[in-house]
Amino acid sequence: MKKKIRAAALLGAAALVVTGCSAGGGGGGEGSADSTGPIDIWLSNNEQEVAWGTAVVDAWNAEHPDEKVNAQEIPAGSSSEEAITAAITAGTAPCLVYNVAPAAVSGWVKQGGLVDLSTMEGGSDYITDRGGEVDSYATDGSFYQLPWKSNPVMVMYNKALFQAAGIDPEDPQMNTYDAFLEGSRAIVASGVQSAIWPAPTSEFYQPWFDFYPLYLAETDGTMLVEDGKSTFDSDAGSEVAEFWKTFYDEKLSPNEASTDDAMSAGTTAMQLAGPWAIPSYADTVDVGFMPVPTSDGRENPTTFADSKSVSMFTACENQGTAWEFLKFSTSVDSDGQLLEATGQMPMRTDLTGTYADYFDANPNYVAFAEQAEATADVPSIPNSVEAWQAFRDEYSASVIFGKESIDDFLKNAATKIDDLVAE
Amino acid sequence: MTLRDDAVADVAGRTAAPAPSAARPPRGRLRTRLLGAQPLGALFALPYFVFVIAIFAYPLGFAIYIAFHDYFFTAPNVEVERPFVGFDNFITVLTDPRVLGSFRNTLIFLVINVPLTAVLSLVLAAALNTGIRWVSAYRVAFYVPYLTASVSLVGVWMLLFSGNGLINTILGPLAPDPSWLVNSGLAMPMIALYVTWKQLGFYILLYLAALQNVPKELYESAETDGAGAFSRFWNVTVPGVRNATTLVLILSIITGANLFTEPYLLTNGGGPDGASSTPVLLIYQLGIQQQNPDTAAAIGMILVILVGMLSLAANRATRER
Repeated sequence: MKKKIRAAALLGAAALVVTGCSAGGGGGGEGSADSTGPIDIWLSNNEQEVAWGTAVVDAWNAEHPDEKVNAQEIPAGSSSEEAITAAITAGTAPCLVYNVAPAAVSGWVKQGGLVDLSTMEGGSDYITDRGGEVDSYATDGSFYQLPWKSNPVMVMYNKALFQAAGIDPEDPQMNTYDAFLEGSRAIVASGVQSAIWPAPTSEFYQPWFDFYPLYLAETDGTMLVEDGKSTFDSDAGSEVAEFWKTFYDEKLSPNEASTDDAMSAGTTAMQLAGPWAIPSYADTVDVGFMPVPTSDGRENPTTFADSKSVSMFTACENQGTAWEFLKFSTSVDSDGQLLEATGQMPMRTDLTGTYADYFDANPNYVAFAEQAEATADVPSIPNSVEAWQAFRDEYSASVIFGKESIDDFLKNAATKIDDLVAE
Repeated sequence: MTLRDDAVADVAGRTAAPAPSAARPPRGRLRTRLLGAQPLGALFALPYFVFVIAIFAYPLGFAIYIAFHDYFFTAPNVEVERPFVGFDNFITVLTDPRVLGSFRNTLIFLVINVPLTAVLSLVLAAALNTGIRWVSAYRVAFYVPYLTASVSLVGVWMLLFSGNGLINTILGPLAPDPSWLVNSGLAMPMIALYVTWKQLGFYILLYLAALQNVPKELYESAETDGAGAFSRFWNVTVPGVRNATTLVLILSIITGANLFTEPYLLTNGGGPDGASSTPVLLIYQLGIQQQNPDTAAAIGMILVILVGMLSLAANRATRER
């Protein structure tokens, strides 16, 4: 028995020593803004984006043999954000990551993983000159991300299913809540399983593709949190929630996830989507797009930008090269190549004027380019992911599964989010 | 100590040579105490010892440290304050309805899954052991779900049990509303059934191995005494595989308490409305997605303690009296 106690004590002491030693964090190199040399960058695993990135990197490397850029896809993980968080913690993050979700940025700033781009030479000016009104992307007044591209969320619909339901696919006239509901009922009555099928799952980012675009439209771009306070416990928030609840109550939207791509399978007639959907459905479904509805059917409503950014990481040794490459890859030429390759909208001012030739040749994208002028994004707030998860949990309980009233959902979510933002 | 053990000890004591340690120099005694009589054995054990320290002991110790501090992950070159907070993280999680709900869901899972696993696997193993026809085919059929990746099997179950799935089509008006996987009362039992079915092959193999050690004479003797099939099963088979039953119970409790993949995939991240959320799913959300490793570690500590207690209880319950 004594031996056992001694062994346990020894093991416990060893564990405490080991854990105590690990508490202070280790070493790790931090680069300077002037250092130049080879750098690594990560791209999303979207096929078209990889093709764009490879071409831009090749063009840069041909001109900069001493500052080679090595591009690779973001390592596999449940999500890009998790892979990046792990890389920051391990000190293995690359210099630049393209396709960063703005909601994750505040957490990475807290981790000390991101470089303040405002401190680079001409940093703030470059970001604001390129993107225009981008203050909402700043964290504590500094830019830790360059707003890169947007995927303005619109209502994508299956023209054939609209036609079969007696709705004019070229002019659906579904811009008010009443008209949208009436059209949806007609679609389901025509035999389609669902009118619109937002993912009813509990991930923190799902509100961006059901509640949030309609809330932004209803409030002309009021973000979920402004000036440190939640904004959605309001008449507008209640109206949007009631609208979606009607879909679940009347079984116009299923409350379980689709087992396959519902648009391709023809089990839904509508989805909320960005311009990425055009090439994705080009071979399978004849799709049209219309703005998200509002209660009064207003013209040019604001929608969710679903933007992605580029961030520089503190693990980067050659930050001088990284900054120059960041500017090179977000120049007018590179942005034009991005638009050509992916159909996603570079976040720069006067998009339609700058790339007029492209939009003349691709009229399908004009609606998105115009919509890109009226977008808003997620707010840059502390505990952002936690706040969105709290919102989603309450929304699911009330709107999707009817376990609590909409008033309780809005009040509870607002209280939780206010507490999280105040921390 | 039994009578037989006493006898062995007595013989060993009488035949043993005078204790060599008494004549050894102190250095030799120390070496023997540290490395045993055969130091080479310690060398062979070293890789596993290092493995246990690196993979189990260090992370567990680190998790205990994190659970008692205001901790968050940072880049390696960032120094931040991580003050000791006592039991604050434990109080936070134990007053969070989501956390309590997840432990309640796990309890529902265990109540369904553990007995069902033990009973079904023993009955099926006993049936396979009687020499029925096509034994190999049955063994493969039971074992294939265990070998197949959960991701692909979950897809099949979703097709079967979705609102418009095969089961509801067969049931027609008798189908539950809301459907199986989005029904708060049915989601966790469905996961428990799925895991029971998927893991069954492994536990059947354990029981099959244990059944080979039950003496045939006991069955013959029981049969001679007029015992029927059920009586032989209850009075010979069940006591004969008691140790395997302990193992099956402990393993299924540990597997059930660490449930993640099934609620994440089958019921879309712990839905509906958290009805299939589990502690490990919350650890993932809090620790990885929301960067709150301190509260996540506190849940982990509570889980470790509860699983340890349940395993101990299972061990005691199946111990021979």
